[in-house]
Order: sequence, then structure tokens, then C-alpha cells
Amino acid sequence: MENTSSLSFSRRSFLKTSTLAGGGMLIGFNLFNSCSPEAKVPVDLADLNYNDFNAFIKIADNGAVTIFSPNPEIGQGVKTAMPMIIAEELDVAWENVLVAQGVLDTKNYTRQVAGGSQSIRQGWDALRQTGATARQMLVNAAAAKWGVDPSECTTEEGVIKNANGETLGYGEVVKEAALLEVPENVTLKEPGDFKIIGGDITNVDIDKIVTGKPLYGMDFKREGMVYASVLRPPAFGNKLVDFDDSAVKAIPGIIDVVRFDNKIAVLAGSTWEAMRGKKALKAKWEEETKAESTEDHDRILTGLLDGNKFETMRADGNVKKAFREADQVLERTYESPFLPHNCMEPMNFFAHVTTNKIELIGPIQTPAGTANRVARKLGRNIEEVTLEMTRMGGGFGRRLYGDFVLEAAEISHLAKKPVKVVYSREDDMSAGIYRPAIKYRISAAIKDGEITGYHLKEAAINSNMYGLIPNFFPAGAISNYQVDVAKYDSNITIGAWRAPYTNFLAFSEQSFFDELADVLKKDRVQLRLDLLQNVKGTTDDRIQYSPERMEGVIKLAAEKSGWGKQSDGVYQGFSAYYCHNTHVSEVADVVIERGRPVVKKITCAVDCGIVINKLGAINQIQGGAIDGVGHAMFSNFSFKDGVPSANNFQNYRLIRMMETPKVEVHFIENELSPTGLGEPALPPAGAAVANAIFAATGQRVVKQPFIENMDLKTVKKEVIG
Amino acid sequence: MPTYNLKVNGESHTVDVAEDTPILWVLRDHLNLVGTKFGCGIGQCGACTIHLDGDATRGCLLQVSQVGDQSITTIEGLSEDGSHPVQQAWKEIDVPQCGYCQAGQMMTASSFLSKNPSPTNEEIRQAMHGNICRCASYNRIEKAVATAADKLS
Repeated sequence: MENTSSLSFSRRSFLKTSTLAGGGMLIGFNLFNSCSPEAKVPVDLADLNYNDFNAFIKIADNGAVTIFSPNPEIGQGVKTAMPMIIAEELDVAWENVLVAQGVLDTKNYTRQVAGGSQSIRQGWDALRQTGATARQMLVNAAAAKWGVDPSECTTEEGVIKNANGETLGYGEVVKEAALLEVPENVTLKEPGDFKIIGGDITNVDIDKIVTGKPLYGMDFKREGMVYASVLRPPAFGNKLVDFDDSAVKAIPGIIDVVRFDNKIAVLAGSTWEAMRGKKALKAKWEEETKAESTEDHDRILTGLLDGNKFETMRADGNVKKAFREADQVLERTYESPFLPHNCMEPMNFFAHVTTNKIELIGPIQTPAGTANRVARKLGRNIEEVTLEMTRMGGGFGRRLYGDFVLEAAEISHLAKKPVKVVYSREDDMSAGIYRPAIKYRISAAIKDGEITGYHLKEAAINSNMYGLIPNFFPAGAISNYQVDVAKYDSNITIGAWRAPYTNFLAFSEQSFFDELADVLKKDRVQLRLDLLQNVKGTTDDRIQYSPERMEGVIKLAAEKSGWGKQSDGVYQGFSAYYCHNTHVSEVADVVIERGRPVVKKITCAVDCGIVINKLGAINQIQGGAIDGVGHAMFSNFSFKDGVPSANNFQNYRLIRMMETPKVEVHFIENELSPTGLGEPALPPAGAAVANAIFAATGQRVVKQPFIENMDLKTVKKEVIG
Repeated sequence: MPTYNLKVNGESHTVDVAEDTPILWVLRDHLNLVGTKFGCGIGQCGACTIHLDGDATRGCLLQVSQVGDQSITTIEGLSEDGSHPVQQAWKEIDVPQCGYCQAGQMMTASSFLSKNPSPTNEEIRQAMHGNICRCASYNRIEKAVATAADKLS
């Protein structure tokens, strides 16, 4: 029923060891090998330079362990959590582990991506096997030295012990271990024996972060590197006709002005000079395609919802009949604006393109795909491209798109210099790729006090909900169920934004169920639990969520939030959602202060299976929930004649400290394989808040951001003491 | 271009830059002190917060020509080894997600605590309101400032 990882691993191609010239052992692990059968570790490791490999455990003679973390780190914590899994099965003390970021290595990894909250879920088995296999080889080497059977040996924190009480450190047997056959079957630890997994491990980069050491793409420097500030079209649909750079070239420090694609880059010896230079450019633009406005989109999307040009994503039973025979129909339309990602670290990338090499360094969520795009764009072989990921000042989906990497590569190619492209905040917010504006219309047919039909229609800019989303709740719970989608092709660029589609779909559906509970005169929590009963034991293998696990988080959130028992003046809203393989339920506590709704607290119940790193996991859930509250409450982004309404934080509102609720996090304890946490806490938050606002004010907010779409004049000016 | 003598983290530096250059970019591009971060360039996000004679100041709005003989402290100078109580608290609470805004958060917090060593939670929230954390590690920032206050008292 629930979609589980189907990856399996071939021992032979998955793992290979070698001694290092300088002592120690390298263990290559080929993550997700089954996805890429052609991937294999080179045969003659001894002939290869260490730098040819990055996906390795490295054990030094003194027992120190280096673990390379393969996936990009955008703040989701995988640079800490992925090595924790290896270290657990390797059975070493975490204090002796040094973590390093792996570079792009398509031979040894097949999913070096930060996206979809999948790093931990899809890495779990491979990372465990890697650590356990290395441990077994170390044990085998020690056993051979002692002349005992390996089964008589145990390990603890990097030390092997035999039945006689003799001990050897990993570093003392690493040379011998590296020459042994790779074992076929290794025993993995029982979850009850975990010492590192499930603990509270501090972010591996914490010392560098708190002392301000270079870590991010913005911090990267190279001798001879120049900075590029890029002028892009002022409005979507505009085309560059001509430009005058005479004023730019008069400014000291300007090195070059390069026209490429539909853009102009100003190159200088420092960031500020490049940014100043760009401001002095005079460019002439013309409308190539129509400049669009939000009012056009509103009309067009509403027209799509009213029309009949839909693609059906899922249809169960007979929805038409259910509505025809209904006693009552509830219908609501929910609306959301575009949203920019606004990573705190603006887009930037380093590129050095020479005749035989393309070197790319910086923050990117999709290193492999981006390296390929650069090679294609410049007509070069992928073998010439190297890519290193820096730690990223946020991702949120924006850095899945390598547009800024292509810019850096093209400018370096044209200027024949090592170049770093740096976006200003204005560039970052107006250069494109947004969460698309979407409208959902949801209808429910009610007969004899039951929900007999459910029909959801989506109208979106450029792209519709994809993949398995139509199989999320309430699919399977209502016998006549249909999801239809329609889109409008716009010249405004859109893309994945933290929890794509579900970030707004969850708000719409979970708000709708709140209202449905009122119509049916049922308790809001009970309605959801009743619906889940219909899904239990289903044979429909398209259904993505688990009714049992959803029930678990719903009950836990209700219990921990004191649902139904809140004190005077505190109004609660309930929400539960499954996405990215994780079930989350949230309760918002809202009060009215100075005539406005204020979110005081969010109680989260989460089922992500085994929690790898509690300390990091709580941070992800708190951040995701607050992010969800903030964007639902405050953030707005529209267009007038192709120009974004906001280009910096003076006219784009992000949630800040004084608006932030306290977020309490509770995990369901089980021993199921872990799932991701970067996204799933965000989608339920908006509806929890909207439902609490309804409880507090009687207003159903169906349009984001709430604060701009509520009637604040009628909200009682109540102050809770 | 004019020359400016700057006192940064107790050391003297001479830079040759245009007079309107924000101190943020002087620190980052010319003095290789990249701990001070660029976020918005208009004083709205606080990622570039430094201390000017001990006061939290936006590095993106302060032009090099305005500094004079005032001393600048950056995250690198708060303490070299991360031993300042604010840095210690940030580590203890494990505040960062992406971590990019945290230098600015810590500089705001340390300046605030030097003036108000025993703040209430409400005062902490007000003091930190000007610094955006896009990952929304706000609960931990609030807790870390309170923890740092305990360490200082």
C-alpha cells in the first residue's frame, strides 16, 4: 500500500575497498546502485588518485574516520544525518568521525539530489550496508590476526574485541582489512542497539557557522576570479533590443561587459563594483510575448475552473451521479498567489571554463543534471565538467534549477575568465521561477449525513499537480472521487517550491474538511478518523498514505494539543496531511490581539519512521511549520504587466520573530524505515491556522495570504491576558 | 580611489575602494572576512549585522566613508574560537538549519545582551525581530539568546 523503497543492492558492485597510499582504507559505496546498473567502482583502485573518489569512508591508521556525505546540504541536515547512518553500522564513536562533503560523482552515486525529502529515505539501506560491510571487513581482519572465528568478535566504538578479551583498534587492522574479500552478507544492527541513530547530534558544520568561516557559495573565492552582476529582462516576455554600456565602462574597476542570451553581464573586480556597473547600463527592451498581470491570471484561472477543459488525474465511482443524488453540496474555491523562494543566500555560482575543462563550484540541489545542462549548452563533453557543492544558504526548490550555473558558465566562456555570478536580492526575487499561482475548487456531495462524492478541480499557471498527489488523502476514503486539472501557459517561469503543490493543496483540502465537519455536525478530528476507517484494508495499491499511520498522528496531535480542552480566548484549528512519505498532523492555537489573529503555538505530531537525528529533525519540523504559517499568513507576490510586485524585503513579507509561534514536536515511535522531513511539516500548517482563525473569528479564509484577505474590521479587539 | 584606514576586530587595515562601498563588501571582498553575509542590501534582513563601537549595525547600509575611527567587530572577531557565550549558546541549542543568517543573528544578539544582560522573552523577541531566518529557526534563536543571557549573568 504505502509506497516503499524498492531499491536493492548488489554487493559486488556496491562496495570495493582499497588501501590508501598514505595508509588507511577507502570504502567506496555506490548509493542507489540498482537505479544505475552500469555504475561500478573502477577495478584498479591502487592506480587511482584519491581525488578520483569522493564517496568513501576513509579510516586512518590511528582510527580516525572520515565519512563523505554524498548529497547537497541546503539546511535540511543530511550532511549530519547521512554520515550518522554509516557511522552507526560501522560502529564508531561519533566524536571520532570527520564529515566532508562529497563532490559530484556520477560513477559512484546516482541520486546526488536535494529534493523531494528523499535523501534519507532512499539512502537508508545503502548507507547502512556500507557501514556494516566495512565493519565486517575490519572484524575479519582482526579475527585472522588472532586466529579466531570472526563470529567470536564484537565491536564497540571502533575497537574490536575477541572472546579472550584482547582488543584491536580499527586503525590497527585497516591495512589488512582493505585487502580482504568484500563479504556477501553482513548483519545490520537491530534498531534497539542503535547508539548514534535516534540521538541528538549537533550540525557537523556548527563550529564553522558560529565563527563565520567560509562555507557557502557566496564565500568561495579563487585567484583571478571576477564578479559578474547580470541585467535580466525587467518584465517577463521582454526581449533585449540594444544596450549602451558607455557609462559602465567609465566606472573604475569594471573589467568587461558581456552580452549573452537575453541578458548583459557586468564584470568587475569586486561584487559592489559589478553591482554598481550594472546600474549604469542603459538597455532597451521590447515586448516579445505579452506582458501578463495577476488580474489576467485571476480571470483565466477562474475561467478554467468554470470550463470543461480538464485532464482527469484520478476518478473513482461515479462523481456525477453522487452530486446529482446529493441532499446537499458544499463547494469552495481556494486561491494562492505566486511565491518566490527567497533563499537567504541569493543565487550565485562560480565557473571557470577553459579549453579543456569546465569547473563549477557553488550551491546547487541538482549537481548531476546541472553539469549536463552546462555541457550541452557549451557543446562540450560531460567528462570535461567537474562540480563541487558548497553548503547552501537555503534551497526550498529554487536551487533545483541551474539557470544561474548556466549563466556563470556562459559568462566565463565568453569572458575567458574564472567568474562568479552574484545575484542581488532584487535579481533573486525578480529573475523568475516561482511557486505557481493556483486555484482549487472543491465540492462535496452529502447524502444522509455522509460524504458521498468529492470533486477537486485545479487551475494552475504552467504546471499541474503531478505524480502521485491525486492518490493522497482523501483518495480511497470517499467512493465517488475525482481530481481534474487544467493549466494556463504563461511566460512567467515557475518551479518546485518547498512541498510543491501540496504546500497549497493541503491548505485547501484540510480547510474544506473543517467546513465539512460543521456541515455534517461532526467533531473535526472524528470526521477525519471516520474517513480513514474506509481506507483500512484497501486493496487499491495506488493509495499513497497509510490510514493507520495517519490515524496515529491525528490522535497524537489531538492528545498533545489538548484538542477540545483549550483555555478561554485560545482557538484551535486542526489539520493532517501526508506527503513526501511522511504523515504529519498539526494543531494551531490562535488568539486575537489588537484585532488581529496571532498564532501562538503549533503542536505537531509526526510519523517519519525511525528518527535519525532528533536534534536536527525537530529543527526541520519547527522550521517547516513556521514557514507554512508565515507564507500562508503574510506572503504575497503578484504581477503587473510582467513585472513582479515585490523585489526585496521592504515590499515582500516573510515571517519574523515576533509573529512566530512556539512549535512543539512529537514523534510517533516505531522501527519503520525513515522518511524525509524537509518538506512534510509545511503543508498542514496553513489549514491548521485558517481553521483556528475560523474558530476565533467565524471567518473562513480561502485566499492566501490570510492577513490581506480577511475582514479585519469585524474581528473583535480582544486581548488575552 | 580614496584610501580608508579601518579598525576591524582589533586590527588595522587599509583599503582602497570607492567611498560609497558598503562596509559589508569591504569586509567580504577586500578583507576576506566572509562571515558577514549579504542578504538584501537594504537593511531589511540583518544577515550583514556587525558591531560599530559595540552597536549592532547593518553592514550593507554603512558606507566605508562613514566609518571613520569607529571600531568594527564582525562574527570572526566576536571570538576567534567560538567561546563567546552567544556562540556557545548557538552551539548548545544547535540553532542553524542552513546557517546563512546566523552570523547576523549572533551579532544582533550579542550587542543586545551587552546592553540588556537579563532580558525577558518579550524583549528577546523584539530585539531579534529585525533579523530574518528563512529556515525559521526562530524558536531556537529565542532559546539560544536566553541561554546566552544565563551564561553572561
